[in-house]
Amino acid sequence: MRPDLQHLFRMEKLPHIWCPGCGHGIITRAIAEAINESGIDLDKTVIVSGIGCSSRAPGYMNFDTLHTLHGRALAFATGVKLANPELNVFVITGDGDATAIGGNHFIHAARRNIDLTVILFNNNIYGMTGGQYSPLTPTGKMAATSPYGNPENNFDVAALAIAAGASFVARGTAFHDKLLVNSIKEGIKNKGFSLIEALSMCPTSYGRRNKMGSAADMIKHLKDNAVNVVTAQKLPPEKLEGKFLIGTLHYKPYREFTEEYDKLIARVQKEGK
Amino acid sequence: MKKRKARLVQGNRACAEGALAAGVRFFAGYPITPSTEIAEIMSEELPKLGGKFIQMEDEIGGMTCILGAALTGKKVLTASSGPGISLKQEAIGYAALAEIPCVIVNVQRLGPSTGGPTSTAQGDIMQARWGTHGDHPIIALCPSSVYECFTLTVTAVNYAEKYRTPVYVLLDEIIGHMREKVEFPDISELEIIDRKRPDCPPVDYLPYKIDKTLIPAMADFGTGYKWHVTGLMHDETGFPTGKPEIIDAQLKRLMNKIEKYEDEILLWEDIETDDAEILIVAYGSTARSAVEAVENLRTEGIKVGLFRPITIWPFPEKALRSKLENVKHIIVPEMNYGQLSLEVERVCKDKAPVSGLYKVNSLPLSPNEVMAKVREVL
Repeated sequence: MRPDLQHLFRMEKLPHIWCPGCGHGIITRAIAEAINESGIDLDKTVIVSGIGCSSRAPGYMNFDTLHTLHGRALAFATGVKLANPELNVFVITGDGDATAIGGNHFIHAARRNIDLTVILFNNNIYGMTGGQYSPLTPTGKMAATSPYGNPENNFDVAALAIAAGASFVARGTAFHDKLLVNSIKEGIKNKGFSLIEALSMCPTSYGRRNKMGSAADMIKHLKDNAVNVVTAQKLPPEKLEGKFLIGTLHYKPYREFTEEYDKLIARVQKEGK
Repeated sequence: MKKRKARLVQGNRACAEGALAAGVRFFAGYPITPSTEIAEIMSEELPKLGGKFIQMEDEIGGMTCILGAALTGKKVLTASSGPGISLKQEAIGYAALAEIPCVIVNVQRLGPSTGGPTSTAQGDIMQARWGTHGDHPIIALCPSSVYECFTLTVTAVNYAEKYRTPVYVLLDEIIGHMREKVEFPDISELEIIDRKRPDCPPVDYLPYKIDKTLIPAMADFGTGYKWHVTGLMHDETGFPTGKPEIIDAQLKRLMNKIEKYEDEILLWEDIETDDAEILIVAYGSTARSAVEAVENLRTEGIKVGLFRPITIWPFPEKALRSKLENVKHIIVPEMNYGQLSLEVERVCKDKAPVSGLYKVNSLPLSPNEVMAKVREVL
């Protein structure tokens, strides 16, 4: 652990529970680094999570931390932020947590454009329960509950967030470390709903079933198939086939819910309507 | 003395006004009949007081949102009914285990399922006790009048704060939608309780400390205590544990923290019980019919009395047993198929036989039906 980040962790709770080769540790450290570089008040920072592998991250982090129910992190976080808008509220969630059982809260938190910084650890699988397919498991891929290949379509969660009203949406990976840190910092700066989709790798439950090789092969896969959104603008479509974009995908600040509510209070208290 | 004016007020409004008087400054919920007026009133009144109202995307969101708000130090409320209360159960268990103060108003409607949205019922008595999975303590208060909707919601908020626990206010549709002439107490006349907050430095803070009080202090998020809240079994520090002896000690504290304070929690009322040979045990709107039945039957010289539990959970069993000296028969009228009857029977069966009077067809139990049942067992 880097000495300059240790104060952001509960060092006595480490090592973490994640499997060897899991990308979640890298992403968790990237969040800490982004918080550190942002200079936000650590006493006024709350990290909320749901249930799943990624949702264990807050337990290692030295803040007020709230490990909630499966799918409900965003609803708890909405309560924290609306009740005390002074707080910097982060949500750590996974692909199953945010887009299956928590899908309704996800679209509505984005619709409200409530000032939350959401880091979605996307490992394409339900890791904690042993590798069942999630709404972000690509069509055709193998999982414990799709032994013949996933027959369902998958979400593009970044597109979903943009359509639902998020004001900042970015994608990073466990390989593109600097870019991920920067994306989270941008998300913190944005006064509104910020989604950072962080692609992770799950060699144990996803890579193994899909013959993706070792953890190192999987992180190389992230490296080889990511195209920066700026670079992509100059590339012909055929060069982007089978690739995914990283970087800032959407940034359009607009009215934020808790600020609007405070304005409403001021108006009602002054004018009575 | 401040001059007050009597008003004609609905039960649901009384709940909302009681919550505001008790210091509730955050409400999250979802529209559902017959509880919606509470959300409507809170949406109008909270901003005036600098409080927050949010209509969530679903019932689960309503429940979990208030828990997040409660962790920042706010007193919180949600209100729902039937299907909505069923959906909230997982989060109510979370509140019980993580010990987050919150109040849930359940305006009971006919069930199961969608049942009868505008029909009265008392079918959620056992759900209030055991609705979420696993053993846990719960407090449930049951008003019988509009005035009590106000005072018992104040009590519910106080209990939630004092005992760090979810508390139900169990109305039935009749109580929720009934209007009565009332004059609520002034806020200055109310006892208002705030949760115990830590006075130790953050490094010494144990959010689930086992001490004599059994109720640990609770720090507001954002005040530097940097504590961890989880629905997993946890130790005194709040972090997950799999150690059986620690799980055992924490769960026993959780159960005992309500039992230990039962003497100050339990509420009940009794009418004409001193010489009663027939005792009616009734609650909510049904108790109103029972009161009229007792009054009518007493004019005929029939020795009948009423015991009305106000805290349904925990159940005031010692108080009930103390009224049984001359009792030859107990009648429990309920708008369900015998939920509290089971509890009454458990408490009283060695003293007197218990007969239920059950009605589940969308209509209230009338005084005449209670009187007929009394005559039947005479």
